[in-house]
Amino acid sequence: MCGIAGIIGEGEPGARRDRMLEMLGMIRHRGPDQFGVYQDAAATLGSARLSIIDLSTGQQPISNEDGSLWIVFNGEIFNYVELRPELEARGHRFRTASDTEVLLHLFEEYGAGCLERLNGQFAFAIWDARARRLLLARDRLGIRPLYYTEVDGLLLFASEVKALFAHPAARRELDPVSLRQVFTYWSTLAGRSAFLGVHQLRPGHTLAYSDGRIETRRYWRLEFPAEPAREEEERESLERFKELLVDATLIRLRSDVPVGAYLSGGLDSSMIAHIIRSRTSNELATFSIAFDDPQFDESGFQLRMARLLGTRHEVVRATHAEIGRVFPEVVWHTETPVTRTAPAPMFLLSKLARDSGFKVVMTGEGADELLAGYDIFKEAAIRRFCLRQRDSALRPLLFRRLYADIPGLRETSPAFLAAFFLAGADADSPYFSHAVRWRNSARALRFLSQETARAAEDGGAAPEVPAEFCRWGPLERSQFLECTVFLSEYLLSSQGDRVGMAHSVESRLPYLDYRVVEFAGRLPARLKLRGMKDKYLLRLLGREFLPADVWQRPKRPYRAPIHKSFFGPAPDYVCELLSPERIRAAGFFEPAAVSRLVAKIAGGAQVSETDDMALAGILSTQLVQHAFVEHFPAARPVSPERDDVAFRGEFPPPGRSGR
Amino acid sequence: MEIEQMVRQYVNRNLLFGESQIMYDDDTSFLAAGILDSMAVMELVAWIEATFGMKVDIRDITPENFDSVNRLAAFLRRCAAPAAVGGNGRP
Repeated sequence: MCGIAGIIGEGEPGARRDRMLEMLGMIRHRGPDQFGVYQDAAATLGSARLSIIDLSTGQQPISNEDGSLWIVFNGEIFNYVELRPELEARGHRFRTASDTEVLLHLFEEYGAGCLERLNGQFAFAIWDARARRLLLARDRLGIRPLYYTEVDGLLLFASEVKALFAHPAARRELDPVSLRQVFTYWSTLAGRSAFLGVHQLRPGHTLAYSDGRIETRRYWRLEFPAEPAREEEERESLERFKELLVDATLIRLRSDVPVGAYLSGGLDSSMIAHIIRSRTSNELATFSIAFDDPQFDESGFQLRMARLLGTRHEVVRATHAEIGRVFPEVVWHTETPVTRTAPAPMFLLSKLARDSGFKVVMTGEGADELLAGYDIFKEAAIRRFCLRQRDSALRPLLFRRLYADIPGLRETSPAFLAAFFLAGADADSPYFSHAVRWRNSARALRFLSQETARAAEDGGAAPEVPAEFCRWGPLERSQFLECTVFLSEYLLSSQGDRVGMAHSVESRLPYLDYRVVEFAGRLPARLKLRGMKDKYLLRLLGREFLPADVWQRPKRPYRAPIHKSFFGPAPDYVCELLSPERIRAAGFFEPAAVSRLVAKIAGGAQVSETDDMALAGILSTQLVQHAFVEHFPAARPVSPERDDVAFRGEFPPPGRSGR
Repeated sequence: MEIEQMVRQYVNRNLLFGESQIMYDDDTSFLAAGILDSMAVMELVAWIEATFGMKVDIRDITPENFDSVNRLAAFLRRCAAPAAVGGNGRP
């Protein structure tokens, strides 16, 4: 796991080298072990490496045999062991034992077609020095990040936005359209970042750049069968699923450093930990989050699983005060406003793992999206059920059962439930499943200032869906939206890569092995969601290995407290950034509206989920504005004197600087 | 203060936070306009109980009674103590 960066375009060599060292300095946390820079007349590539595979010879950038191709690589190719012999048989000579070099030779052999053969989580850049052509690529679901921007005739790319901003030509300005998207969908939509002119390479896409022209191409997308899936025997599907999940887990143990696991207390991560314990002789270290607030805490279940599996278990306690304390640092890493605080405990968890000596952890992310674990899938099914008999007084009561832990719904009449969940419902809309969530979230847009709201008007575009979307079943349609919007754009980023890499911890996600993803896509809906039974197939698998109270336990969404983390008592930065003066100066929100929200929360009134999300969204926007626009820190470049830096290619003589 | 005005004031201050982009009149559906969600309904109920000294029965929390300024005002006139709604309450 690493961070990568690049400057494509001509310029004074000494200046380009110095810029690159500054860019790498910004993402030092992603790869503090080694650094490397390649440079020629038209390109500068950089790598900050977290050594995990091939500790001794895997330093980047790496070239092919004749030095015509150079690669910087962030991530892992888990099937590199299987790919290498085939390449050797075709005459490729290897200088290292790394997966990075396997990828480069595979690219030589197949061009961008090599991506179809990769089983991994990655973002990389390959520079063809002869053709002066760059290829960027990102893994299928966007587990690893990659941003780019064009300035002054240059293409800049990097694992994180802050590295782009280390380049003096980069424009640092929040994008009102992105704000609108975050306040509606909980994240920006594919391809966009929080900043004007800064793009993300979409998951499952490549970007080719030559002669100043950018061409992006999709090489993979989540697909579902247009026809109802063949009614496979349940047993047959279960066996295939087991085989795939076990292999997906085991190849993710490939590492030259120890691999730990996060344990949430739920079925998904318990299953992964069980596979590791039962199929290997590894001693396993597990890590989990405990909350003071019983509404969020699952530590009892976590401890029970840890004892059952015989793991060395460590717990970090995410108190309200601690979440409030680290939130500015968390937002520095998410690089986008967030409407929740859930990334903060994950940030504390990665610190715990790192302090315990772990650079790599397995996680259970992805099972809820692929196997239909989330309540939103059930909510959509209940809404369809209610629409079939709109005057039923009983059917809306299912919403109360589904959301039993939400007090507002517990005490609401069926008539109001129906009005709330079915208002404006259009069963033919592609966004039917997510309409209520997005409508509720968008209530926070009322805090936007008139100028921002006007500037964001063109941002009303809904998430893109493929042409064949309308031929998929209702569950599959909602899964597609949940995967492409929530999973790829928020969960894997703000709650995944970014808060893990903040402490140089790489997460590995067996459920997002593309073979598991494609298998789940082909499953009949009834093996995922059966009535109100979620993750049906995974629970069947759980029944074979785990105690009944683990595999039967209802899904409990991972959430973290919001207003109590900022108002009990409020850290200084909260009062400061939410003050009318600072709100007015930033210009994104109406000062009077924000003051009323603050007064309501500080006064101890009942706080709704919408209020909570608005609070997190406003505060994090102010933090992004403060840290990235108004007070972007001075560069602390990687230093050839103090750091382990390798230089390859053409560099000016020592001592000559472009500054 | 007129009961409709009290409702509007509450909605503006506590649900729309005063500087809203949302325009509504006394017949606008709170749900359709995005003013009310399930949690906000409970806030509204708590405010009614505290302000008008009445207990709201769960069966009365319906769109017919709660989903606009006029509907809510009519509900309060029907069900709240006369003194609490300026003498215009239930006869």
